Amino acid sequence: MTDPIQNISRHTQTEPQLSASGLTLGYEGHAVAENINFQVNRGDYLCIIGENGSGKSTLIKTLLGLTPPLAGKISFGDGLSARQIGYLPQQTDFQKDFPASCEEIALSGFLAANGLRPFYSKAQKQRVEQLFAELGIPQLIKRCYRDLSGGQQQRVLLARALCAAQKMLLLDEPVSGLDPAAMQEMYHIIADLNREKHMTILMVSHDIEASVKYASHILHMGGGLQFFGSKTDYVKTPLRASFRDRGELSKFVDEAVCSRAERGGTAARRYYK
Amino acid sequence: MNVFQLIAVYFSYPFVRYAFIAGVLTALCASVLGVTLVLKRYSFIGDGLSHVAFGAMAIAAVLSVTNEMIIVMPLTVLCAVLLLAGGSHAKIKGDAALAMLSVGAMAIGYLLLNCFSTSANISGDVCSTLFGSTSILTLTAGDVALCVIMSALVMLLFLLFYNKIFAITFDEDFSKAIGIQTGLYNLFIAIVTAVIIVLAMNLVGALLTSALMIFPALSAMRVYRAFRQVILCAAVIAVVTSALGILISIMCSTPVGATIVSADVLTFGCFCLAGRVSAKLPPA
Repeated sequence: MTDPIQNISRHTQTEPQLSASGLTLGYEGHAVAENINFQVNRGDYLCIIGENGSGKSTLIKTLLGLTPPLAGKISFGDGLSARQIGYLPQQTDFQKDFPASCEEIALSGFLAANGLRPFYSKAQKQRVEQLFAELGIPQLIKRCYRDLSGGQQQRVLLARALCAAQKMLLLDEPVSGLDPAAMQEMYHIIADLNREKHMTILMVSHDIEASVKYASHILHMGGGLQFFGSKTDYVKTPLRASFRDRGELSKFVDEAVCSRAERGGTAARRYYK
Repeated sequence: MNVFQLIAVYFSYPFVRYAFIAGVLTALCASVLGVTLVLKRYSFIGDGLSHVAFGAMAIAAVLSVTNEMIIVMPLTVLCAVLLLAGGSHAKIKGDAALAMLSVGAMAIGYLLLNCFSTSANISGDVCSTLFGSTSILTLTAGDVALCVIMSALVMLLFLLFYNKIFAITFDEDFSKAIGIQTGLYNLFIAIVTAVIIVLAMNLVGALLTSALMIFPALSAMRVYRAFRQVILCAAVIAVVTSALGILISIMCSTPVGATIVSADVLTFGCFCLAGRVSAKLPPA
């Protein structure tokens, strides 16, 4: 495996794929985060981290064009638009018992490209087969989505995102709720997409350690913007260390698991790596 | 005279043929749409909207409008749009708004009928509106033509937008993110739901319409695990149960609506069992 730090040196002087300037995020006039500035170049691996309520989800919705920013603007370059971001959302509860085959789900990533054409083409079906093979799940293509493990489901949703986008992926807590082994596999798959397919990765994460391990850039949110820059700069800041010192790093790591448990109405399970 | 000869005799009457065609087509449309509604957690929409349609019917009766559809259809469509078009991000979450609307419409409808109706048999009217009546046997050729056109339109649109409806049902946020006009499709689903409910009211009555939407979908989901299979199976179940229900009700003089819905309940039971059994078998 190559050192992820090499990713940084790969940046050329092309225009950024995505840049946010003076962004204020929020709903219905209520701001949750202010003055956010960052740039994403082709091939970057940006991790967006921060506590719950720091505006990460709103940032995602704003980047995807689902929520307009209260102020500031997002601009796309390098032939990219908001519609061409491959989005891997968090799973909703009702999807867990949804009767659908993995193929049906993955193919739906092509809908935007199809416009008003009602059915999928043969080439698109072949592309899905190819993606399933690349993601190591060729045997799952005809299986029912709800019968799969969490890690397998995430790969199916990743295949769908890859059908929708070739250049940029936006992943919303892709390892949330996965067991440690599935988590590692997911991180490796994402790192491979970044290195080998040169896909730009934007990932929202609670897992600071893994973010620092895989990302090239970090956007740390909390009360507006606290940090944006390369990972090498980030590890020098007190931000990361402060979490460790206050013993809050572990809180970050297991927050995904806890919040999922809370949503399910059960007592939060503590889970330390 | 054996059963088939008896059926042949009944089918020589045009009103029986009309009832059969309208009933089966309505049930078919309701079931196909029902899959989406059930999966979007909107199972109660059918029930709520049919109560609204009952209220609208009462208003039409009080105003002595000759063609009740003129009032019932727009009112029901309007309520459906208000309830459904917000999609999963509506401000008042479905259940509360729906409960309000459905009991409100019910109460006002009954009040209006009681205070202002000129009919001699109010409780008879109310009962037949709620539980379906012989009205399906009094359909005219025009009614049937309308029903056939509406059903054909619904099925055609559903076929054309099938993949998009699937995507929106499965994941509204993702669909929106890749640029599908989710609002537009939610509106489409809302309007079609209302239209089908008003059509189905003639068949099984206001209180039982939602059964036509949810039972075939739920039965199919016990056994099948891919969206397309579920839709196809629900459609087949709807056609078979409604055809059987209508035949039985004609031959045994049972109420049409209740008979069809009972057939649906029975089918659901069978599919539950089949689902249990197939889950225990090793996967093929």
